[in-house]
Amino acid sequence: MSFKHENIETNAGVLLVLTMMAISVGGLVEIAPLFFNKDTVEQVEGVRPYAPLESRGRDIYIREGCYLCHSQMIRPFRDEQLRYGHYSLAAESKYDHPFQWGSKRTGPDLARVGGKYSNEWHVQHLTQPKSMVPESVMPNYPWLQTTKLDVSDIGDRMRAQRITGVPYSANEAEYQRNVKQFGEAVAKTLHIPDSVKNLVAQAQEGNYDGDRTSVSEMDALVAYLQVLGTMVDFSKIKPEELVKFR
Amino acid sequence: MSTTNAAASEQYDYDIIKKFSIMAVVWAVVGMFVGVYIASELAWPFLNFDSPYFSFGRFRPVHTGAVIFGFGGSALFATSYYVVQRTCQARLFAPGLATFTFWGWQAIIVLAAASYVLGYSQGREYAEMEWPIDLLIEIVWVSYLAIYVGTLMKRKQAHIYVANWFYLGFILATALLHTFNNLAVPVNLFSMKSYSLFSGTQDAMVQWWYGHNAVGFFLTAAFLGMMYYFVPKHAGRPIYSYRLSIVHFWALSFMYMWVGTHHLHWTALPDWASTLGATFSIMLLLPSWGGMINGIMTLSGAWDKLRTDPIMRFMIVALSFYGMSTFEGPLMSLKDVNALSHYTDWTVGHVHSGALGWVAMISFGSLYHMIPRLWKTEMYSVKLINLHFWLATIGVLLYITAMWISGISQGLMWRAFDDFGNLQYSFVESVAAMHPFYAMRAFGGMFFLTGMLLMAYNVYQTIRQGVRAANVESARLATAAA
Repeated sequence: MSFKHENIETNAGVLLVLTMMAISVGGLVEIAPLFFNKDTVEQVEGVRPYAPLESRGRDIYIREGCYLCHSQMIRPFRDEQLRYGHYSLAAESKYDHPFQWGSKRTGPDLARVGGKYSNEWHVQHLTQPKSMVPESVMPNYPWLQTTKLDVSDIGDRMRAQRITGVPYSANEAEYQRNVKQFGEAVAKTLHIPDSVKNLVAQAQEGNYDGDRTSVSEMDALVAYLQVLGTMVDFSKIKPEELVKFR
Repeated sequence: MSTTNAAASEQYDYDIIKKFSIMAVVWAVVGMFVGVYIASELAWPFLNFDSPYFSFGRFRPVHTGAVIFGFGGSALFATSYYVVQRTCQARLFAPGLATFTFWGWQAIIVLAAASYVLGYSQGREYAEMEWPIDLLIEIVWVSYLAIYVGTLMKRKQAHIYVANWFYLGFILATALLHTFNNLAVPVNLFSMKSYSLFSGTQDAMVQWWYGHNAVGFFLTAAFLGMMYYFVPKHAGRPIYSYRLSIVHFWALSFMYMWVGTHHLHWTALPDWASTLGATFSIMLLLPSWGGMINGIMTLSGAWDKLRTDPIMRFMIVALSFYGMSTFEGPLMSLKDVNALSHYTDWTVGHVHSGALGWVAMISFGSLYHMIPRLWKTEMYSVKLINLHFWLATIGVLLYITAMWISGISQGLMWRAFDDFGNLQYSFVESVAAMHPFYAMRAFGGMFFLTGMLLMAYNVYQTIRQGVRAANVESARLATAAA
């Protein structure tokens, strides 16, 4: 029996099945191993889920489409090391649902922007970028400072992320597990029943937008920006330990 | 003339195709206008007007959504319903469902645009629609698949024509990609917000598997289907090589799905995955050029048409841009080139040489061929088509030249060191240096948009004259019967 393409193109069912098979292989081979291979994401100290205020800040980062101009993925090149810092690790975005590595740098990379500038600088810069960087083409975001942060569904938001695998704790057993993994101070911020309390407390203490009377969207976004890239202490990691993951 | 045409209109379901054709033109105008606007925002940032609703970050997905899914999607629905009926010599399966795909698809584009402006986004490029819209897409898309396969089953021809293989591949791949890339957990049933099921590295992999194949199947395979019907039909010649079409269909379908990882070179994605992506990207040059050669060589023996027929010119220039951008793509997927080109405007330029040069131009050619046949008339003005062709061509060239210069400059400035081993430029110096090219890009877009407005006017007049002639004809028939 000899093969003829005619057999495929005269039978819609066969054509459909064979096409489906042809388009399925690539994704299976490239995607599936990433979920099973333990070398995909390194084990490093310090990476933790976002506190409620930071997580809400991240929501705002996504809402405003920041990822369309800013990457969060430093590549292992000398110039990027000098400009942005240590190259990004897979572990550093393991709690990022969705990832925000970005694809374009109309503005600079933000993977390690945390701690680089003061809160006051960020507030001024987000409100009117040109006042800090005259050549900037970034839009002004004056509404962040004047809009109160909606905290009504923060519990639901954390519960949804918990379903995706972020270890926010919903009960005592999960809380104790977090204490073991992240230490008591961090574990407290990950406890869903206390989320509103924790969020307000972090905004009060951090005083990100310079106004303690209420929690604004600016508080949340600056809290998020200030934590970016600060979780891993690279002085404690030997470069050769990371190389095998590259 | 009237009797044969009346019979033809009964033979096929043209009403749905007319609707989608009109919306393709409308969305092209809207989407390209927003494109010019956001390009202008980068050149002249005051255009953001301190308003959340006009800011670049929220407007950019409005642009990509309106051109890819609004214009591209409507053009594909229109042409695929036309091609599948004519090549199968059968009316559409389930015409009621087809009407649903029209209203459903238009609702999706409008809801998506409105949701972006209001601040709802999944934060995934080209898949920014939140979960309720994603579910609607899923329903419309399964209906589309059912109609398409149903019509194929009704065919009166033994063979399924090659254009249909490509359309079918596009429908299947889009269903697969859309489903897996949008797996997410909603905050609650009454919230638009959701969180992606995957995170970090795995999420990046899934997203770029989707992202590049939105290009590979939505913006390439499907438009090759368009090409395989309209180029030979308009040239009045058979396809150059049947064997080549078989080989390049299967090779393209198989290989495209591997290449998404070239968007993740040098990132925290494991090296083996991105190397695999680069390897397949290089190999993909062959099936891509197989399609281009098959299309262009179809014209052999009829090259003189290029001098006289602007519609043919649209099609052949589209294929040339297809060939050029499928050469540039593999080049940019090489890790060493990508180290320079990634994160820069070069990528933006590359996308637009494909999107404007190939996708938009093959659609213009096909719509100019199809619209007068749908309304049983001639195009209102061939001169305007010619003018559109030149405005579009100049527009694309301005656009991609600007982006080549700015992209390569950015890449070089970012990695430049001075004599003392320090970085030579601050980031913002590279931003300032881009201004002239961002302005040039915006002007390129304006040329392209102006051409599109001429097309909209030309199509409007064509439809008007078609409808008027039909009215006169039916009045004449009525009096003759009386």
